[in-house]
Amino acid sequence: MDLKLKIWRQASRDAKGKFVDYEVHNISSDASFLEMMDLLNEDLVEKGEEPVAFDHDCREGICGMCSLFINGRPHGPDSAITTCQLHMRKFKDGETIVIEPWRAKPFPVIKDLIVDRSAFDELIQAGGYISVSTGGVPDANAIPVSREKAELAMDAAACIGCGACVAACKNASAMLFVSAKVSQFALLPQGKIEAKERVQKMVAKMDDLGFGNCTNTYACEAECPKEISVTNIARMNREFFVAKIS
Amino acid sequence: MSNRYYSSLTKKYIMALMGLFLFTFLVVHLSINLLLVFDPTRVLFNEAAHFMGTNPFIQIFQWVLFAGFAIHIFYGVVLQIQNWIARGKGYKRKALSEESIFSKYMIYTGIVIFIFLVIHLGNFFVLKMQGRVPEFEHTANAGMEDMGLLVVNLFKNGGYVIFYVILLLIMGFHLDHAFQSAFQSIGWNHRKYTPFIKGLGHFLAIVLTAGFIIIPVIIYYR
Ligand code: HEM
Ligand code: SF4
Ligand code: FES
Repeated sequence: MDLKLKIWRQASRDAKGKFVDYEVHNISSDASFLEMMDLLNEDLVEKGEEPVAFDHDCREGICGMCSLFINGRPHGPDSAITTCQLHMRKFKDGETIVIEPWRAKPFPVIKDLIVDRSAFDELIQAGGYISVSTGGVPDANAIPVSREKAELAMDAAACIGCGACVAACKNASAMLFVSAKVSQFALLPQGKIEAKERVQKMVAKMDDLGFGNCTNTYACEAECPKEISVTNIARMNREFFVAKIS
Repeated sequence: MSNRYYSSLTKKYIMALMGLFLFTFLVVHLSINLLLVFDPTRVLFNEAAHFMGTNPFIQIFQWVLFAGFAIHIFYGVVLQIQNWIARGKGYKRKALSEESIFSKYMIYTGIVIFIFLVIHLGNFFVLKMQGRVPEFEHTANAGMEDMGLLVVNLFKNGGYVIFYVILLLIMGFHLDHAFQSAFQSIGWNHRKYTPFIKGLGHFLAIVLTAGFIIIPVIIYYR
């Protein structure tokens, strides 16, 4: 496949960025999107140009490092996958692909396509933890948990913190991410201890960091590589209300 | 505008509750207006309007309603401005994610409803406040105003009918997203009941919009 690329280049956090056009040739339709980016970069290095900076790590859809807003969608034109799991067969030969970084005030661009997602770390620090007593290791089966709750908690815990929800949301809202974290704990007995403080602290942090407000548009759910459900957002709204009035 | 006093979630709660309250108002308002369609003599409508205009409880409630609108609009605008700021520099490629269509335009449909509200109040409420409504000649109930005549006269003007129909359609788009959204915002999402809420939301949006639209249309052609 031959492709035209329109890529956001920005030298540093404060630099003024711009789109630059590139071309790649002879790309296998079985190649992954990031392999295509690697080939482009090899080309650029050979020509003595600066390679395009982009985030990646595991390349198997579990770490949440890869990002990229590809042709108007976070993680590209496939659903329920990360960019590292995206294949070139999803594109047409000769197509122009526009590649942009996540755009949100709390996710500033560091370089080219890499954004600073430490706002998510701050959110976790604000409440995404549980108390654990020191001493002997308790028997994992000693605390009864209903199967339904366990499943829901596991579904919420599947969030890999990639930020696609923020990138997709027209309001750059972090509600899906935060609600997944609130839910994964709130559903289990171990998370109940800090439940009331957690939801209030995480919501306050989310507001402080400058994420937008939810308008129940649900683009987050449509783009989440782990298919986190917006029912988590409703659960968080519920948890928050109960915490506030009690 | 800061989040110091009310968190984003609290604002959404207040907005959602006010929005649902406005829905109940629309249902009552439509029920009364439909009397004009079913009773061309205007007796029922004028009696209802007279009751609404004189009953002390309703008189107080009217201010609660204005407050409801004001709060809903205030937070709607505040949240929207925060949302625009939160994106920062936007995307070059138009976002193509699958999403609820009407939710994207809530602020715009909301502003249209607001403009409509002002004109609508100008058409009826202000004249009534100024005591410029003609007396109803039909009943023995002397001193009753002929609010119905005001409506009928307005909707004999085709331009007004078209204007009302278009603005009511836009209000329908707002309502269609609004109902289920409000339940999600107050944390009411349930495997069993949410499909019903969503269905009810579409139903209400269609019935309210169609209901309000047939009134000027029928009066125009009568
Ligand atoms: C007939 C009158 C109206 C009714 C019944 C109504 C109802 C609603 C409801 C129930 C919601 C959903 C709230 C939520 O999900 O939290 C909503 C959202 C919204 N309304 Fe209204 N509304 C009305 C008029 C207006 C007006 C006059 C404005 C003026 C600007 C407005 C602006 C908005 C905005 C911006 C939203 C989206 C905000 C969000 O979801 O966070 N609305 N409306
Ligand atoms: S909720 Fe989904 S889209 Fe958002 S950070 Fe988690 S995995 Fe990524
Ligand atoms: S690189 Fe780890 S999820 Fe894509």
